[in-house]
Amino acid sequence: MADVKGASYRERERSITIDTAGDEPIIGTDVATGADLEPEHELMTINLGPHHPATHGVLRLLTTIEGETVTDIKPIIGYVHTGIEKSCEDQQYWKAITFVERMDYLSYYFNAAAFCMAVETLLEEEVPTRAQYLRVIHMELNRIASHLFWIATAALDIGAVTMLWWGCRDRDMVLDLFEMSSGQRLHTRYFQVGGVFEDIPPGFERKTREFIEAMPARLDQYSALLDRNEIWLRRNKGTGIVPVEQLLELGVTGPLLRAAGNPWDLRKAMPYSCYEDFDFRIPVGTVGDNYDRYRVRLAEVRESLKIVEQALDGLPEGPWITSNRKVALPPRHELATSMEALIHHFKLVTEGFRVPPGEAYVPIESPRGELGAHVVSDGGTRPFRAHFRDPSFTNLQATSVMSEGGMVADVIVAIASIDPVMGGVDR
Amino acid sequence: MDATGLELVAQRVRDGVGDDSVVSTSFFRRQATLEVAPASVRDVLEHMRDRDEEPWEFLSSLHGCDYLPDEPRLGIHYQLLSMERLDRINVKTRVGVEEPVVPSVMDLYPTANHQEREVYDMFGVVFEGHPDMRRILMPEDYEGHPQRRDFPIGGEPVLFTYNEKKLPNWYG
Repeated sequence: MADVKGASYRERERSITIDTAGDEPIIGTDVATGADLEPEHELMTINLGPHHPATHGVLRLLTTIEGETVTDIKPIIGYVHTGIEKSCEDQQYWKAITFVERMDYLSYYFNAAAFCMAVETLLEEEVPTRAQYLRVIHMELNRIASHLFWIATAALDIGAVTMLWWGCRDRDMVLDLFEMSSGQRLHTRYFQVGGVFEDIPPGFERKTREFIEAMPARLDQYSALLDRNEIWLRRNKGTGIVPVEQLLELGVTGPLLRAAGNPWDLRKAMPYSCYEDFDFRIPVGTVGDNYDRYRVRLAEVRESLKIVEQALDGLPEGPWITSNRKVALPPRHELATSMEALIHHFKLVTEGFRVPPGEAYVPIESPRGELGAHVVSDGGTRPFRAHFRDPSFTNLQATSVMSEGGMVADVIVAIASIDPVMGGVDR
Repeated sequence: MDATGLELVAQRVRDGVGDDSVVSTSFFRRQATLEVAPASVRDVLEHMRDRDEEPWEFLSSLHGCDYLPDEPRLGIHYQLLSMERLDRINVKTRVGVEEPVVPSVMDLYPTANHQEREVYDMFGVVFEGHPDMRRILMPEDYEGHPQRRDFPIGGEPVLFTYNEKKLPNWYG
C-alpha cells in the first residue's frame, strides 16, 4: 500500500497528464520544395469539465490532444460521491429505498426495484402479480422518460436546441403520470419491499393510455427532425464505433451493447417481475456507431410503450402489496379495529423488519444497462451492505476506446451516447 | 445453476487450479457462491473464463464487503455471467485487513479497472498488478477507507462563511 501512497498528489497528477505520443515523430514533406517539415510532436493536455454542460453532470475528462486528434482520454469521477451506499447501512430497509433512488437520478424506479427485489430475495417474499405489473408499468414509463431526456440532452450537445424542448416537453407527460400515482414527480419512492406503496388512482389508466396514444406521433416528429438532419448524421454516423467484443470485455451493457449488434437484454434473457408475460422486441443496431445508439434508444421507447399498454390491458385484480404484516404496513383502516395491526404498524415504523442473514445480487435492465443490487444482511433491520453495480459507472470505461484517435468534437458526441448519469457513477 | 452444478464447477476448479484453491461453496436463495483462496483468485477466474467446459466470459460486477466482526474481514465478490447459458455465479474471496492484497484480474476482464479501484478506495484492498491503483471516488488525499464497517457514519462539516475559520485544515 505504501508505494501507492508514496508519490505526492501533484506528482501523481503529472504522471497521468504528461504522456508522449510514441518515439517516432510525425514528419511530413513539403510538396513544393521536398524538404522535411518540422516534426509535429506537441501534445496538449486539456481538462474537459468537471463543470461543462456537455459532460452531463460533473465528469472531468483529462484529454490529451495532438492538434485536433485525441490521443488519450481519462475520465476522472467522484465529484458527486455522496456515500449513499454507506448511508444505507444506517437506515432501515424501507428507509434505504429513499436513498438508493437518488443514485441514478434519471432512473429512480429501477434503483428502487433492484434494491427491493434483492431484499425480497433475502426475505423469500412473494410479490403479488398486480404489484409486479404496476412495477413494470412504472419502470417502462421511467425508461421512456430517461430515454427522452437522453435524446433531448444528446441533441442539445451538438446544437439541436429544439430537440431539448421537445424531449423535455414529452418527458413531462410521464412525470405527470408519476405525480398521479405517487404524489412525486422525481424520486417517487413508489416501490416497497413486497409490492408497491399504493394502488394506482382512478384516471391513471386513462391518462396513461392517452400518453401511449400521443407518443408515437411525437417519436415520428423526432425522427423527422433528426433522421435526415445533415448535421446530426455527419456528427453521429461512423463515430464512436467500438467492436462488440471490446464492449463485452469492458463490461458494457444496455443500449450501447445492443447498438453494436448483441441483443443482450435482461428483460428477455433472464425475465424478472413478470416480463415474460409481455410481447416486445429487442432493437439492435448493426454498426455500433452513435447513430445506431440513437436509433436503438428511440426504438426502445416504442417497445416500452407496447409493454405499458399490454400491462394495462392485462393488469390483474388483487392486492398491490404482500399481505405479510411482518414486512408491509397494514392498511390504515385496520389500525382502528385490530390490536394486532396496531402492533405490526408500530413495530414496522419504529424498528423496521428483520431480514434473514445472507447476501443476494439481483440484476435488472435499467435504461443504461445491467443495474445490480448486492444486499448483505446480518439478520438485523438495516442492510449490512448495499452495493449497486451501476451501469453508468461501468459503461464510462468505454469513453477512452470510443474517443481515442478521433476528433475532439467527437468526444462530446461519444460521452452523450454513453448516457452517463453522474449520480449513478459516483453514488 | 443448481447446488449440484455448483459442486461440479467447484470440482473442476479444484482439478484445474489446485485442491486448496476452493475454500467453500454455498447455495443460498438460488444463488451460487464459490469462495476461493485470495492468492489463487486470478488463476481460478482464468480457469473459469478460458479452460472450463462451461466458460464464464463476462464479469458483470466486482465489489467489496466488510464482514466485521467475521474474520477474515474483507470480501471481494466477482459476479460472473454466461450470456450463452443464461447463468450467474458469484466467486468470492476473503482477505484480512492486515494484509489486504489480491491479484488483479484486469488483464482477464478489463472491466475490472474502475471497479477494482473502487474497492481499493472504499475498503483498502490492494489489487496487485493493477496499473493504476489510485482512489477513484474519494479525494486523492483522503485518509481511510470509508466503506469499512469500523469507519464511522457521520457527516463532515459543511463549509459556510460563518464556520470557515473554525473548520480544521482549511482556513489559514
